[in-house]
Amino acid sequence: MADKRLDEATNTETVGHEWDGIEELNTPLPRWWLWTFYATIVFSIGYVVAYPAIPMVSKGTEGMLGWTSRGDLAKDIKATSDKRSELVAALAQTPIERLDPDSDLMRAAVAGGRAAFKVNCVQCHGAGAAGSKGYPNLNDDDWLWGGDLKAIHQTLEHGIRQPGDDQTRFSQMPAFGRDGILSAAEIADVVSHVRTLSDLEPKSAASQRGAVTFETQCSICHGPSGEGMREFGAPNLADAIWLYGSSRDDVTATVTNARYGMMPAWGQRLDPVTVKMLAAYVHSLGGGENFVEQAAEANAEPAEQETDATN
Amino acid sequence: MSMTEKHKKLEKNVTLLGVAAFATVTIGGLVEIAPLFWIDNTIEKVEGMRPYTPLEQAGRDIYVREGCYVCHSQMIRPFRDEVERYGHYSLAAESMYDHPFQWGSKRTGPDLARVGGRYSDEWHVQHLKNPQSVVPESVMPQYGFLAETPLHVKDMEANLTALSRVGVPYTDAQIENADADMKAQANPDADTAGLAERYGDRVNLRDFDGKPAKLTEMDALIAYLQVLGTMVDVNAAAAEEELATEKGR
Repeated sequence: MADKRLDEATNTETVGHEWDGIEELNTPLPRWWLWTFYATIVFSIGYVVAYPAIPMVSKGTEGMLGWTSRGDLAKDIKATSDKRSELVAALAQTPIERLDPDSDLMRAAVAGGRAAFKVNCVQCHGAGAAGSKGYPNLNDDDWLWGGDLKAIHQTLEHGIRQPGDDQTRFSQMPAFGRDGILSAAEIADVVSHVRTLSDLEPKSAASQRGAVTFETQCSICHGPSGEGMREFGAPNLADAIWLYGSSRDDVTATVTNARYGMMPAWGQRLDPVTVKMLAAYVHSLGGGENFVEQAAEANAEPAEQETDATN
Repeated sequence: MSMTEKHKKLEKNVTLLGVAAFATVTIGGLVEIAPLFWIDNTIEKVEGMRPYTPLEQAGRDIYVREGCYVCHSQMIRPFRDEVERYGHYSLAAESMYDHPFQWGSKRTGPDLARVGGRYSDEWHVQHLKNPQSVVPESVMPQYGFLAETPLHVKDMEANLTALSRVGVPYTDAQIENADADMKAQANPDADTAGLAERYGDRVNLRDFDGKPAKLTEMDALIAYLQVLGTMVDVNAAAAEEELATEKGR
């Protein structure tokens, strides 16, 4: 058998196999490919020396560069926090209500808050902060506990109905039905009245009766005309915004069993600067209110700081 | 005979090729797999790891049954983007009682290695029933049936026994009380002194699915989710320091 035979059509060497007249051609790897392959072998030797690679008796080799994935991460995190340190320090010393809305600091805080919001808040309040049933929409100007920077910050820091935090936001509407304060008929009347406040249903005999009950049972917290009271976290019942739904069934369920939504006290979980950033972001979403109380005092000092800085 | 000619001989003799391939794979296995069994720092020595309680283990079985791992990994890699989003990177020790482990890097949904304690039980119930109601852009299927399905485990003792045979250190007392412990953990009225003694004080003892009277698959799954990544205090300063300076990894 001839060792080397050339295929007539392609002029390529055959390997010498033949099945029913079909022969296998010997087409070697392209040289560039082969040499790249050899180069990777040479490279791997250097790699094994430089980086952790070979397992030994008690641990792997450390590699000449001393690289570790965890050390690398620690360096990466440190580099980032160094880069942010100036901003973080500035935010740490600025009280939240004195953040100047038009400053770079505020813009940086909002950007940082946006990132933190995506990690910690979107699961309940939604990616666009629009909330859903039971989880408030943060884009509107309807606030349960107040919508200025300081109020938002307090809500974030101490959460809502968090046991063990004495500054947590806490309200406890009675479960009028479950606890037997009102009968089912009385609740139906009150629901009618509440729904007339935002024109969800026309005034009726039932709503007239409900208005009387509302006056004695509900107006202490929700106000005589149902406009709500932020000191108690009592929602406005006269607007079109309903945290737990506006249908008869939903409102009846709310009056019967009450609703006790919760929010974590982020002050225990996140660092103070991140909480401030989140407050700035939530405030920036559209419904943020100006800080009104003690505004004169609060405005006085940033002005001083500014002149100090320019001197 | 040149090198390539010698190689031709190997390629053309199937027995020789088989033997040579076997030798190569053996060396690879010896170098890559075998050392994991004797090298000390493969699994970090950490405090706080305990075997799953029977209820958590039952939840884990549901997690595997429903194929949650197809979209969710349980392995936070040591990269800044992952650490900032999910929390401290996972340690090998944290999955040492997992059979099978739930690692991976293919994520359609987020990593769940540290999901424990991150959300309330109510959130989990709502999210499992209708994920889109809390995360509108989610593509996760709905698992509302879990809340309706009573938790039925044929023989929890046998499950724990099987796990103990592959190295999970369940004690005899834990195995004997498996069934009772499973029911007690999600029952606010049950006597849980024994459970706490067997699994530690930090075990989550409460009704998880909002239906205290009924033990459902939802209870088990949420009990499992709520314990993920919470056993080891990885952020303790000393642990952090030690992990970051350790070489050869």
